[in-house]
Amino acid sequence: MKKNKWLTFFTFCVYFFLFAPIVIIIMTAFGPDEVIAFPPKGFSLKWFNNIFTSDMFMNTFKISIQIAVIATVIALIIGIPAAYAMSRNDFKGKNVIKNLFFSSIIVPGIVFGFSLFNFVIIKLRLPVYTSLLIGHTIVILPYIIRVVASSLEGFDYSIEEAAVSLGASRLKTFFLVVFPNITSGVIAAFMLAFINSFNNVPISIFLTGPGVSTLPIRMMSYVEYYYDPTISALSVTLMFMTIGIMFIVEKTLGLSYFSK
Amino acid sequence: MSLINLKDIVVSYDGSTNILKNLNIDIEKGQLVSLLGPSGCGKTTTLRVIAGFIEAKSGQFVFDEDDYTHIPVHKRNFGLVFQSYALFPHLTVFDNVAFGLKMKKTNKKDIKEDVEKILKLVDLDGFGSRYPKELSGGQRQRVALARALVIKPKLLLLDEPLSNLDAKLRLKMRVEIRRLQQKLGITTVFVTHDQEECFSISDKVAVMNAGIIEQYDTPEKIYSNPASEFVARFVGFENFLDLSKTSDNLYVAKSGINFASDYDSENISVNDKKVGTIRPDDIQIHDCETTKENNTIDGTIEVRTYLGKEYQYSVNTEIGNILVTAGNDKKFSKGNRVRLYMPSNKLILV
Repeated sequence: MKKNKWLTFFTFCVYFFLFAPIVIIIMTAFGPDEVIAFPPKGFSLKWFNNIFTSDMFMNTFKISIQIAVIATVIALIIGIPAAYAMSRNDFKGKNVIKNLFFSSIIVPGIVFGFSLFNFVIIKLRLPVYTSLLIGHTIVILPYIIRVVASSLEGFDYSIEEAAVSLGASRLKTFFLVVFPNITSGVIAAFMLAFINSFNNVPISIFLTGPGVSTLPIRMMSYVEYYYDPTISALSVTLMFMTIGIMFIVEKTLGLSYFSK
Repeated sequence: MSLINLKDIVVSYDGSTNILKNLNIDIEKGQLVSLLGPSGCGKTTTLRVIAGFIEAKSGQFVFDEDDYTHIPVHKRNFGLVFQSYALFPHLTVFDNVAFGLKMKKTNKKDIKEDVEKILKLVDLDGFGSRYPKELSGGQRQRVALARALVIKPKLLLLDEPLSNLDAKLRLKMRVEIRRLQQKLGITTVFVTHDQEECFSISDKVAVMNAGIIEQYDTPEKIYSNPASEFVARFVGFENFLDLSKTSDNLYVAKSGINFASDYDSENISVNDKKVGTIRPDDIQIHDCETTKENNTIDGTIEVRTYLGKEYQYSVNTEIGNILVTAGNDKKFSKGNRVRLYMPSNKLILV
């Protein structure tokens, strides 16, 4: 293939803008100074130590993980049957329902967060933890439905009929025949939803309250007061955690699952 | 008493148009019965009513003198084979076949025995640990058959099971299906749109059209005595003449030509309009020198096509174009005047 100099240059620029900030963050995380400095004037791991000894980060990290896991599981329990029903059956108002399910990613997060705040926190006076769960579940539901529906797309429903004809009830058929054939889709959906919930700021910022906060919100408020490399160190930690998860997914499913 | 009675079955998907219109059929125990017809005629719908996937709007399905109309699919114990085979992709051949037995909570030892026995029967010995995607089309088909048969079904339902196979394999598999069916003595309903396929293996054939059964009889009877114009067209009758009865066994066509037919005419009264039909290869084609008699008509050859074993002519006559096939011994050319003779024992009235 003919090489196009300009195209090469352009591609290089794109990658530079994408990765340079990340590289800078990684480098500053290891700097010894009290404020973020680039280039760093030495090497130190004390900021990493700072994360793991600081209660506020460890607590919010735990809450973020909890919220992400529980919200994802709830969304799976709602989303899988919904995706299944929509791919299996044709019914009146199917498109309306489909669009309703996706509305939470079409509406700007900040608007959605604010309306949840108004309704769930102010009107219903639900505890912070519960409202966080509700908010996250709703916002990640579309991802679950999308991914599960796409893995059901090529599903041959005569397989289901075959199982029923062999004496399996509808419920058994779902668990013995349908589910095993969409597990990779379900795992992919889980990952996507988990990461989305874990990273979420616009919803969480309205729903967090005294004593209960998520890691991204904690990080934001930390940056407002301090300018030390703790946040860089934390970012590096999260980055490697994500890389770790993606590595496992790649090994078990193949990343192509996400780009479908 | 027959094993299966479908009584006045009406099926409608949208509530207004009926897919099946008061369908009635009786099937004897141990027989292989085919439902034959073009796509959209309701044959698959009929099969799905028997299987239990579709609930009829009205009518009754009696199986072995029990009312099965409302029994759910998974309690019917009918074996089903689908056009797409519908094997479980995540299970091995062994587990695919064992599925039905596991649902019946058969003990492990018996499952192993039964599955191995049935795999041997369909000639898939030693394939137990393979996955469906590692098998050829014909092998998948046999797994599907084994899976349906291993539960010792009271009825075997086959939905166009051969249409995804290539022509050669199709011939082999249909013999295979017939062999298994007779060996196990299992009552079988076979859905197909391929006339040759179903005639070759069926005890009886129901020819369907637009939600009704046009004719239900043995393949031989249907082949030689189609009951309606639709059936006639479906089984290879190409020529249709408008006739009206003049006297016993004698009919006249539009242009005044007389045709005799041996077809039983007791129920036809004089001046009744009927359609006479005859296969292209039952018509004899001659030069015009032979003396003119009943059942002959003159015409001019319009098109000649070569079919390998014989020639086919499209002959333009005063009652329309007539298709004739004739052997290689005498070859006519385009434009030739010919005389066609339709033997009275081959001219069917529908």
